[in-house]
Amino acid sequence: MIRARNLHCGYGGHEVLRGVDLHLAAGEFAALLGPNGSGKTTLLLALAGLLPPLSGGVELAGRDISGLSARERALLVSCVPQGAAAPAGYSVQELVRMGRYAHTGFLGGYGPQDDDAAQAALADAHCLDLAERQAAELSGGEFQRVLLARALCQGRRALLLDEATSALDLARRVEAFDLLARQHKAGSTVFAAAHDLNLAALYCPRLVFLKAGRIVLDGPTSDVFTEANLKDIYDTDLRVAPHPVTGAPQAHLVPGAHAHASLLR
Amino acid sequence: MMQQGGIPGAKECEKRRDVCPAWLRACALASALLVSLLLTVVLACAVGSYPSTVGESLRALLQAAGFAAGEAVDPSLSVVIVDIRLARVLLAGLTGASLAIAGAAFQGVLRNPLADSFTLGVSGGAAFGASVAIISGMAGEAALSGDARALPACALVGALTALALVLGLSRAGGGPLSGLRRETVVLAGIVVSTFLSALISLLKSLDEESVASIVFWIMGSFQGRGFEHAELAWPYMLVGAAIVFWRARELDVLALGETQARMLGLEAGRSRLWLLLAASLLSGAAVAVSGVIGFVGLVVPHLVRLVLGAGHRRLLPASALLGALLLIWSDVAARSVLPGGAELPVGVVTALIGGPFFCLILARKGLKNRGEA
Repeated sequence: MIRARNLHCGYGGHEVLRGVDLHLAAGEFAALLGPNGSGKTTLLLALAGLLPPLSGGVELAGRDISGLSARERALLVSCVPQGAAAPAGYSVQELVRMGRYAHTGFLGGYGPQDDDAAQAALADAHCLDLAERQAAELSGGEFQRVLLARALCQGRRALLLDEATSALDLARRVEAFDLLARQHKAGSTVFAAAHDLNLAALYCPRLVFLKAGRIVLDGPTSDVFTEANLKDIYDTDLRVAPHPVTGAPQAHLVPGAHAHASLLR
Repeated sequence: MMQQGGIPGAKECEKRRDVCPAWLRACALASALLVSLLLTVVLACAVGSYPSTVGESLRALLQAAGFAAGEAVDPSLSVVIVDIRLARVLLAGLTGASLAIAGAAFQGVLRNPLADSFTLGVSGGAAFGASVAIISGMAGEAALSGDARALPACALVGALTALALVLGLSRAGGGPLSGLRRETVVLAGIVVSTFLSALISLLKSLDEESVASIVFWIMGSFQGRGFEHAELAWPYMLVGAAIVFWRARELDVLALGETQARMLGLEAGRSRLWLLLAASLLSGAAVAVSGVIGFVGLVVPHLVRLVLGAGHRRLLPASALLGALLLIWSDVAARSVLPGGAELPVGVVTALIGGPFFCLILARKGLKNRGEA
């Protein structure tokens, strides 16, 4: 579904991605992990065709992304951006329906099928109660759910999410990942950048770790989610233990690890 | 404290929205505006130095439209009402609608609440183009003769040049338009505007004969304007308005910002270019026949947004109607407040109304920013 080949990307001479090779097969559910500034957002932007690569390329559904129009790209992948600001003067319903922009013709407006898609997306993202609210009046967490709804409204073939649950409380976070898992079961390709290692390990069968612009680890969760690997990538002490209910590996931080390290040095 | 102050207001707002859904409010506002526009035309045609009543105005207008109602109106009064006043009202309405649509488009594309043809220097550029056309003899002295056809084209070229200058000045590197600094656009607009009005003054002092007509471009007025001016401008206005209306949904998507607009499948650069061209077309045509009239394009979209929200499918038509209303009444004021038949430039009236409103927007924006900080 999505393939990156020797991808180099950056902003104004500063190279952020330094040769990324990645293949996400159709219907895969993977998490993108890594420390701050490792290039997660940049990689997602490049995969969505929003940031032209310095070299290398991206393929969407077997076609080179530079040959696709903005509309064609939007019909293939939907994105949940990080740190977006709510526009003033639009209701949640209107904002979610904008996800259908790529589905409408040049002259035609939004039709009943667009309203239905928006309604279904709002229901799936548990935002029906927000539909009549003004987008600019929402809390950070509410707005994140609305952005998720907009991505679903746009299309469910491939979803790229950038820290899409960072402002959500515990219950909403589980709700959102349950939704992603359901989409994955229904055939969507889901690639979610996250900071929450444990949530990713709990839900995603595959983890991709990015560090300093390169993929340092990529594989099935049970294989790659080990103490040694995580210590190495995050430069901090931690323990990995199985989840008491599902048995998925979970990382636990060790307090004072850095104070010790600096004392020893 | 801030929080407590904010919540009751928001609740009230929500309640109002529940009672009255958005489409119903849009319909109510649209019909109210249409009715007031019809009333306005009749009333505005009754005002002037030649004495006439509202009844006479209505009858003269109905007669001209082919409906004979009641006794016939005195022919000379009919000429005053239809050929002079109605023509003026029509032109003021077209100009007001064009400026309001252009303002809404500029504000949407640049995501800047202070943008409009006037603050961006686009009107100044159009006035400069028109002045050059007059001085160089491309357009007739009072812009009345057949070769005045060159006037809107010259105004458009001037408008586009000024816009390119402003955007170039405020660009912070990167691709065209993508690196626009939202805050500096208006600043650059004022610089370009001031520079161009100095150039117009220079032209004025070079050619004594054209002084009167050039002053008219700078101040903006409908004095002595007739049907022929409306005829000159409306095709440009129609094309400009059609482009903006067709791209109303794109304006909504652009409101989300460059990255999200492209995520949703909009070729943001191309869409912006078309919208800026169309808004310049509207501004250029308006300036070509009525001179520089400020504040209409700035104030009207804001007023409409307060009631209807920012969705451009509703904002644009409502702004057009309200812009027409505002400018027709401003022109009525311009030609009736001074004693003895003397006229104020209509740009003075709109500035008197719009200036304080501009301050209000700034103050509200300032308050909001302080609240967030």
